[in-house]
Amino acid sequence: MNIPFPDLTPAMPEVIMTSAAVLLLMLDLCFKNKALLALAGVITAGAVLYFLPVSMGETFGGMFISDRYSLYFKFIFMVNLILTILISIKYFQKQDEETGEHFSLLLFATSGMMIMASAKDLIVLYLGLELMALSTYVMAGLRRQNIKSNEAALKYFLLGAFSSALLLYGISLLYGMTTTTDIYAIADHINEIGSTHAFTAAMVLIISAFAFKIAAVPFHMWAPDVYEGAPSPVTAFMSVGPKAAGFAVMGRVLFVAFSEVQADWTAILIGISIATMAAGNILALVQTNIKRMLAYSSVAHAGYALIGIIAGTDEGLNAMMAYMMIYAFMNIGAFAIVILMNKGKEISDYEGLSKERPVAALLMLIFMFSLTGIPPTAGFIGKFNIFLAAVEAGYAWLVIIAVIFSAMSAYYYLRVVRNMYMREAKAPVIITRSLTLDFALLITAVMVVLIGILPSIIVR
Amino acid sequence: MLNYVLIPLLPLAAFAVNILFSNAIGRRAHLIALPAVAGSFLLSVYALIGVQAGTIINQDIYSWIVSGSFKASIGFLIDQLTVVMLIVVTSISLLVHIYSVGYMHDDDGYARFFSYLSLFTFSMLMLVMSNNLLQLYFGWEAVGLCSYLLIGFWYEKKSAADAGKKAFIVNRFGDFGFALGILLIFVSLGSVHYADIFSGVGALQGRTINIAGFNFDLITLIALLLFCGAVGKSAQMPLHVWLPDAMEGPTPVSALIHAATMVTAGVFMIARFNPVFTLSDTAMAVVAIVGASTSLFAATIALVQNDIKRIIAYSTVSQLGYMVLACGVGAFGAGVFHLFTHAYFKALLFLGAGSVMHAMAGNVDIQKMGGLKKYMPATYWTFLLASLSIAGVPGFAGFFSKDEILWLAYNNGALGKVLWASGTLVAALTAFYSFRIIFLAFHGKFRGTAEEEHHLHESPKVITIPLILLAVGAVSAGWIGIPAAFGGANHFAEFLAPVVGHSAVTASHTEEMMVVALSIAAALGGIGMAYLFYSVKPCAPLILAGMFRKVYRLLWNKYYIDEIYDAILVRPSKWAASYLLVRVTDGRIIEGIVNGVPSMIKAFGDRLRKLQSGNLQHYAFGMVAGLFVILTVIFIAVSR
Repeated sequence: MNIPFPDLTPAMPEVIMTSAAVLLLMLDLCFKNKALLALAGVITAGAVLYFLPVSMGETFGGMFISDRYSLYFKFIFMVNLILTILISIKYFQKQDEETGEHFSLLLFATSGMMIMASAKDLIVLYLGLELMALSTYVMAGLRRQNIKSNEAALKYFLLGAFSSALLLYGISLLYGMTTTTDIYAIADHINEIGSTHAFTAAMVLIISAFAFKIAAVPFHMWAPDVYEGAPSPVTAFMSVGPKAAGFAVMGRVLFVAFSEVQADWTAILIGISIATMAAGNILALVQTNIKRMLAYSSVAHAGYALIGIIAGTDEGLNAMMAYMMIYAFMNIGAFAIVILMNKGKEISDYEGLSKERPVAALLMLIFMFSLTGIPPTAGFIGKFNIFLAAVEAGYAWLVIIAVIFSAMSAYYYLRVVRNMYMREAKAPVIITRSLTLDFALLITAVMVVLIGILPSIIVR
Repeated sequence: MLNYVLIPLLPLAAFAVNILFSNAIGRRAHLIALPAVAGSFLLSVYALIGVQAGTIINQDIYSWIVSGSFKASIGFLIDQLTVVMLIVVTSISLLVHIYSVGYMHDDDGYARFFSYLSLFTFSMLMLVMSNNLLQLYFGWEAVGLCSYLLIGFWYEKKSAADAGKKAFIVNRFGDFGFALGILLIFVSLGSVHYADIFSGVGALQGRTINIAGFNFDLITLIALLLFCGAVGKSAQMPLHVWLPDAMEGPTPVSALIHAATMVTAGVFMIARFNPVFTLSDTAMAVVAIVGASTSLFAATIALVQNDIKRIIAYSTVSQLGYMVLACGVGAFGAGVFHLFTHAYFKALLFLGAGSVMHAMAGNVDIQKMGGLKKYMPATYWTFLLASLSIAGVPGFAGFFSKDEILWLAYNNGALGKVLWASGTLVAALTAFYSFRIIFLAFHGKFRGTAEEEHHLHESPKVITIPLILLAVGAVSAGWIGIPAAFGGANHFAEFLAPVVGHSAVTASHTEEMMVVALSIAAALGGIGMAYLFYSVKPCAPLILAGMFRKVYRLLWNKYYIDEIYDAILVRPSKWAASYLLVRVTDGRIIEGIVNGVPSMIKAFGDRLRKLQSGNLQHYAFGMVAGLFVILTVIFIAVSR
């Protein structure tokens, strides 16, 4: 039997990323200076970005596809990766822990996400998902001395395994009925023989597994505990990357494989979306820990982004993708401020920041405004596009609900702003600046404002 | 294109730098603000040259949001009307910036002051350069905000903070109507761009709109709603009350915002929307009558006031009335011409008053002044030139623009004759109160204390040089619009004609001469009376005030308008607010909702939080339960 060596061009970004991850793991043994590893990571991401446009096409016998859809998501992953590396370096030096594998794991997780975005086959999708998931489980527990970090990793791992089981069960049901795991072939099958209860069950299982990755209700419960326990840069990474990857596969599987039963999954997602926005916003309201608040806010944002998929149109899908990009900038920006503060776990720690550190306070203000969705920030544009697509698709009532919850979110985001600007500091605010962290803050803040003023640069 | 974009952008950049680094910059704020506004001025001159050569720009720079027929964009319309405003705004702003270097020298909020000035200049430029209503509205509100910030600049002073609040609240009334007008235009024409509005508005003729069972002419309604905005911003009756109080702000602010630029935005807007206004005779008549009555009304109040800045403020209200009157009789060009000349002589009057206050250690009572001519000659002579100009003495700027308004009003049918008569009377009153200041403050003997007299001095060069430059404008700004009757070619009206059109002239040449003669007589008569009253027979005013005590008291109390508003608006609303709202609605209903909903949500959140036990089994159970709920619901839905 002669198996031809597959054409690697479409998968070149993944090849680079994976090789670099392995290489980094080995370099970690030889080099004391972890900043070097970070630099290598950034260079890798740069190489990937360079290869992205030329990697269009299918390969591995049609199991892997590189198209505009996946490219956009890979772009988001690169943004996520680079920003995370930039905010990581000083953080781990400050914690004084040997964590060279952090950078390698970041790259492995990112490869997993990229494979997910490019998966044309459910098996490939699962492989990518597990690569991403396993790496993030470990990263959540990187602070080995910290009991919360350990707990976060264990919880994330067990619940993640559970959600993987749901996904696999769904996939096996589908395979049993259609004898294929190819997303496009499954769509043909459903076209021919119509939907059955078993199909619906498989769909629900798969949606549930994806809902776990994007932290949607009721599969979100891991998020607050894990976000709180994981090291802050990892939390920033996790709140954006796996979420975007989850949306990427959700969009492709639902729009392609289950396009015939759109009414069914729309109904499910509407329920999930409303529950997610409700729980995320209401629970964020009562938090005092800023990382937990941001965790619930991240849950709420998943609810908004789901509306883009619910709209069921190309505009909706585009709006969802743009939202993920915007979310990457504003959320990592907010986490960068959290990392900047020596003592910044509690929302009350931000009291009087504007007097002590006016620039840091201003940046945090920008991120909080953007997360709330106040113009002219990027967050407003993201929400506006999603809501517009949904209104045009006939979901005005859902948009009204979303706007109400969005208004509610102003309460907890602006509470941070109020603390920064209208309260006096109880204790002197100490911050640890570093060149890379400053750089990350500069990028995120500039992008948040720039996208708010010139939305056309990301909406393609 | 870049040269146009930079006009508003330079002051914006100056604002950003000054506000962000105010601590580091401190007393050097003008080093950033001044070059920026000077650059804007030079670019405006360049734009003027371009327009004269025939380059009219109407271009969207960038679209923020495009959704269906709605387009939120920033675009520039650079035509004859715009460049006139550009020159006025940037030149006055530049001179006021220079003046402020001296005037605000010892103020703690030096950097803050300059950053606000820059922000104001930016907003005003965005307003006049806009090619659509949305951007105009943005600029409109932004200048309002700057005005509020600058009136209340010395916010430690209660009267200043109150005046800022008053300006803001009174303008809400006008802006509410204005916003409705913009919405109505968008609903009826589907666009907020000037070009679309002006080409489409003709088709709306004869259309009516039914509100609460009454039919209103659509165009009239649109025009009147837009006019509401102008009434607020340009301080016309009955919303004029905020402008005199606005004098609590630093004097350079009074000159820039509350005399030369922002308050004329209403006039500019009416002139800009002349294609809409001219389609409704009713709206035009309302505009003309409001303008004429405001003008007369404010001039009478100015006769008896003693606060130098307040006299000039009422004079501003009165002159704005003139401009609005001009627009109302279709003489948009004349209105803008008066806006142009008024900007220079009125800014000069304010800055001169500021110079006087500087010497008088902040005292503004003209009864306590006298003989200042001797101590501050530069201030005196420039102030005199401005007064001659506003009084309408032939040859000075104010004469030509005022005369053109009166003449074109005269040509506007029977109503026009009445408006003209009232306008001529106002001209006499204006001359009188302007020279009342001259004779009381600058001539005669000093009436203050010896200590005050000892302190009298001419202001430094950084203050007098802008005065002298403005004086040049106050004298000569009118020369570009000398009408044909005086051998000129009325360049100004010709220049603006492509935007605002020509006004029909029906009356004969002899009548024009009669109108001119009467207005000159009014000006000279007013000055003569002031001379008689305040220089020759200083006891005459007292006798007169005694004879007409009631009239005097009425004028002194500004027709009790503030008291009336207080009685019919402020106090009832306060009463309603404290009794109905606070006790009943607020205490029971709103507080119930406001406190109830969050506490309900909070209680719910706390309950929900219990689910987040931290216990792994609970989480897994949550997932399974969620899965089953979804499966059950979807199966029920599918099998139906």
